[in-house]
Amino acid sequence: MTITPNQTPSALNFECETGNYHTFCPISCVAWLYQKIEDSFFLVIGTKTCGYFLQNAMGVMIFAEPRYAMAELEEGDISAKLSDYEELKRLCLQIKRDRNPSVIVWIGTCTTEIIKMDLEGLAPKLEAEIGIPIVTARANGLDYAFTQGEDTVLAAMAHKCPKEAPKAEAEKEERNAISKLMNFGKKKEEVKQTEAEYKDHTPLVLFGSLPDPVVTNLTLELKKQGIKVAGWLPSKRFTELPVIEEGYYTCGVNPFLSRTATTLMRRRKTKLIGAPFPIGPDGTRAWIEKICSVLNIEPQGLEEREAQIWENLEDYIKLIRGKSVFFMGDNLLEVSLARFLIRCGMTCPEIGIPYMDKRYQKAELELLEKTCNEMGVALPNIVEKPDNYNQLQRIKELQPDLVITGMAHANPLEARGINTKWSVEFTFAQIHGFTNARDILELATRPMRRNNNLKELGWEKLVKEEAQV
Amino acid sequence: MKLAYWMYAGPAHIGTLRVASSFKNVHAIMHAPLGDDYFNVMRSMLERERNFTPVTASVVDRKVLARGSQEKVIDNITRKDQEERPDLIVLTPTCTSSILQEDLQNFVDRAQMDAQGDVLLADVNHYRVNELQAGDRTLKQIVEFYLQKAVKKNELPEGKTEKPSVNIIGISTLGFHNQHDCTELKRLMADLGIEVNEVIPEGASVHNLKNLTRAWFNLVPYQELGVMTAQYLETEFNMPYVDITPMGVVETARCIRKIQQILNAQGSEVNYEDYINNQTLYVSQAAWFSRSIDCQNLTGKKAVVFGDTTHAIAMTKILAREMGIHVVLAGTYCKYDAEYFREQVSEYCDEILISEDNGAIADAIAKIEPAAIFGTQMERHVGKRLNIPCGVIAAPIHIQDFPIGYKPFLGYEGTNQIADLVYNSFTLGMEDHLLEIFGGHDTKEVITKGISAESDLNWNKEAKAELNKVPGFVRGKVKRNTEKFARERDISEITLEVMYAAKEAVGA
Repeated sequence: MTITPNQTPSALNFECETGNYHTFCPISCVAWLYQKIEDSFFLVIGTKTCGYFLQNAMGVMIFAEPRYAMAELEEGDISAKLSDYEELKRLCLQIKRDRNPSVIVWIGTCTTEIIKMDLEGLAPKLEAEIGIPIVTARANGLDYAFTQGEDTVLAAMAHKCPKEAPKAEAEKEERNAISKLMNFGKKKEEVKQTEAEYKDHTPLVLFGSLPDPVVTNLTLELKKQGIKVAGWLPSKRFTELPVIEEGYYTCGVNPFLSRTATTLMRRRKTKLIGAPFPIGPDGTRAWIEKICSVLNIEPQGLEEREAQIWENLEDYIKLIRGKSVFFMGDNLLEVSLARFLIRCGMTCPEIGIPYMDKRYQKAELELLEKTCNEMGVALPNIVEKPDNYNQLQRIKELQPDLVITGMAHANPLEARGINTKWSVEFTFAQIHGFTNARDILELATRPMRRNNNLKELGWEKLVKEEAQV
Repeated sequence: MKLAYWMYAGPAHIGTLRVASSFKNVHAIMHAPLGDDYFNVMRSMLERERNFTPVTASVVDRKVLARGSQEKVIDNITRKDQEERPDLIVLTPTCTSSILQEDLQNFVDRAQMDAQGDVLLADVNHYRVNELQAGDRTLKQIVEFYLQKAVKKNELPEGKTEKPSVNIIGISTLGFHNQHDCTELKRLMADLGIEVNEVIPEGASVHNLKNLTRAWFNLVPYQELGVMTAQYLETEFNMPYVDITPMGVVETARCIRKIQQILNAQGSEVNYEDYINNQTLYVSQAAWFSRSIDCQNLTGKKAVVFGDTTHAIAMTKILAREMGIHVVLAGTYCKYDAEYFREQVSEYCDEILISEDNGAIADAIAKIEPAAIFGTQMERHVGKRLNIPCGVIAAPIHIQDFPIGYKPFLGYEGTNQIADLVYNSFTLGMEDHLLEIFGGHDTKEVITKGISAESDLNWNKEAKAELNKVPGFVRGKVKRNTEKFARERDISEITLEVMYAAKEAVGA
């Protein structure tokens, strides 16, 4: 099902503030993408500022011989005394020699935007000259926030996914045949699932970068419904990018992938399944149900499965039921997380979010609204491009039980007696699917559990006078 | 273009922000794109700061790119002026504003007309200076601004304090052990009968800057921050300064003697020799340590030192002169201060390396194979890879280098701390080495089977592969929980499904 434009849920209240808020620079996506795509090399073309951010944000990862580097621009590059092409060629050849990657991803930054370095134009030429594919993504702080960086990279990668040529198909069949043959003995003893157990449906490609265990988990979840996942964008290796043909179905697993979705629809002519995101058991069930309904499959056993998961979460839910949560907003996961936490019995006065694509998130917003109605709680205010200063005033007034915020505000809020959870952890933790619902609550309840331990000590407010919040 | 994996000193604006946010009631506004306010995270996390970092961004976005900042910067300055009533707002340029070439000074002038507090544009160029140089400049700029203002308004206090007094210049936020060093320096001054007139920038109010001239002299403990300010105060107000870092026994004594000389030149009659003698021989343990047999074992051991100028120089001198350790290589990433560095360490080490390339220093370490490294966090990780112990002596640093306990590097207590640091690094290395020679502590085979030993359960290939993806430190737990789950349900083969079912059931 494709998204119908200009139809937005009406009852939710949307606001837009000044955009003076704290978030990570979108180039941070290299931190998880270079680990996800094992044969890639990420070259961030920017300044010392970008490099300093990356090395501090990525902490110890820096020391593990990462497959990323800065192409640090110097004064000669800015004033165009040096040729961009020659400089990039020199660095890319060095990378090719030292690391031999299957793809080099160029990350454009604010500086390359301002000096109008034509990365998209240079890439094909250089690609032909050095023989390594080059993907260009403009993940800069002028246009995007934090996780949207991944969106720009995946949108660029979508162009590189093979269109299944007939020759490739034969080859693929052959490979499959061989692998079938080799697996034959094992398949038998392993009892379960053969190709026959998949229902007959148009190929489905999922998009969004998730850790491999979560990929396996979600793939298996769909397999139970007889749905075969034809491929993931991105896959473990660049050389294994999925085939995307016109007419394929695609579905996103994360709320910040609107450019990728658009690219897949418009440029690759696929049909987008607009579903809520598989975050929390409610989201996962809704996600699977939506995919099933589009593929004309009757979902099996989902209701019981969801109920079972909720039952197992009860010990955590006890801790947050009836409490309030405030999202300051920095990673675009906010709506899905709020919807899940409201289903867990929390109230939510405000969902701050850097950018709200009401079309791409339509199904998620509808589920949020439905959840609020069913749980009998007020609909949250959704504040796009929030103003952190104003938000701190509102937090001071509302005294929420939990504030989900960036690291810049976490310690100062804790010192003022307000429970906080760093939002960044939700980006790196495994939060998708039925199995990982517990991990979300593990994170969300941690400040409560910790502070329960400290309750008796009377050490809540640890700043002398209420300095201006 | 330069291919870079890591950098020792940050970009210029970090230096400006470190100085601005060290002052009390000074707010910095960065002219920067979204995400460049990463400084706030560092301050809040590394320093575990309880208050909100007084730094905001005037966000440069696509619109600003198209039309210029126009009123945006001015509005942000006047808004912050009203919200928090800071004494001073420092508009901070970044790499982005460097190339946009907007007339930020004009914005500052216009904002100044409406603002109650003062407004300044930090005079730093991203492409010319790094974090350390920028910090030094910004501090001088702020001091100069307030002293000139006082001169103009005729508010500069007359004369000197009655008793000998000092300004301590260069203590700042996110500086390596700065807070502890500051306490130790104040203690040292108290011991010497010297009043502390002002400490800047950390915790200082800009209103007090006009009092700087009342001190008899300035003490600049670090080469990286404060020298420009001290030089300015010397030329304009005839104030002498001491820039000998009191780190290590010999240098601390040298610093104190220099102070004595300066005070006596101004008519004071102090003699600190007895104090130095008493501290060196009986109070600080470092001199005794260097005589003890522990330290004898370190004689001639090879070490490599790398860091900022201040700490690398002091450490090299301590190791070579006070402990008899063989410093094969001393280096710094402060390229702009290379001459000074060479001059200071050349007689205490074999080789000198001046480089901002972490690969160059890592290669040098690998080649030399020292018994210990004294460097930054980067060298610590090089050491880890090469199995060489490392003591961290300089920024860049991680959260563990902001200890809660009292750990100065300067003054007499600092000498004790350094002795511990050095000794612990070397003994750990020796212990490791001995263990290797004698084949480890445990010579017996393990005879009892623990819970994690062999199991009767069969893991299929996919499940085994999945288990191997689980990070090492929790893998055992996941394995045990899954097997327990399987046993309880009489499942003999563990598949992916069983693994996930187990995780859901127990929350493994």
